[in-house]
Amino acid sequence: MKNFIQFFLIICFTGLLLFAAMDLPYRGEAGNQMNRETSITGTEVPGNYYVQEAYNDAHTNNMVTVVLGDYRSVDTLGEQIVIFTAGMICFLLLRKHEEEEE
Amino acid sequence: MKKRVASPIVLLGSRLLSPYIMLFGLYVIFHGHYSPGGGFQGGTLLAASLLLIRISSGRRISRIQFSDYLTTPLAVIGVLIYFGTGLTALLAGGYFLDYGQLPIPGLDAPDLRYWGILIIELGIGLTVMAVLVSIFDDMIRGED
Repeated sequence: MKNFIQFFLIICFTGLLLFAAMDLPYRGEAGNQMNRETSITGTEVPGNYYVQEAYNDAHTNNMVTVVLGDYRSVDTLGEQIVIFTAGMICFLLLRKHEEEEE
Repeated sequence: MKKRVASPIVLLGSRLLSPYIMLFGLYVIFHGHYSPGGGFQGGTLLAASLLLIRISSGRRISRIQFSDYLTTPLAVIGVLIYFGTGLTALLAGGYFLDYGQLPIPGLDAPDLRYWGILIIELGIGLTVMAVLVSIFDDMIRGED
């Protein structure tokens, strides 16, 4: 009975996902919202500028590196501090605990 | 707990493999301008090459290669490289993390951005490597 319920739920979820995937646009089509130069509200999207000016701004072939390291560099600084904080938390919790046991 | 004896074959294989993983990690960091990769991925590969020696040999041998007292200062140095680059650009008259204002003579703004991205990728790689090794060292502290 339990297996039947699980199987039924998987079938329903698969049908739901297929129904949702029917409306997805085709990849690489020029008229998609993600490929347009303006958003729904009519303002300019920044991705247009990144694609056109990334090489001229930084002389770097990899556009992802320019976005990660230059345009969104404060975000990357935050990611690095998150990793550093995780390391410091492991350092404080695990080493202090080990000293108390001795 | 059973007594474990380090296998010389595993240690030899790890010693053969570890420098190549480290070289590939450095390649991923320095070639991030032209191919997929960057500080996070390259730092993880550097940490993998160090952790391979730590797993295959004990703490006594692996401490010769990379001491466990070295991890936290290196992580701090990595964060300071990133933050110091941004602060240098701020003090030189630009915005925070605006690499075009870095005070390196003889380069125009796009080349300065190129080198600025490389410097911060080095800082990220250093922090990721040191933090991953540090977490491993913290967790195995009570084992042996």
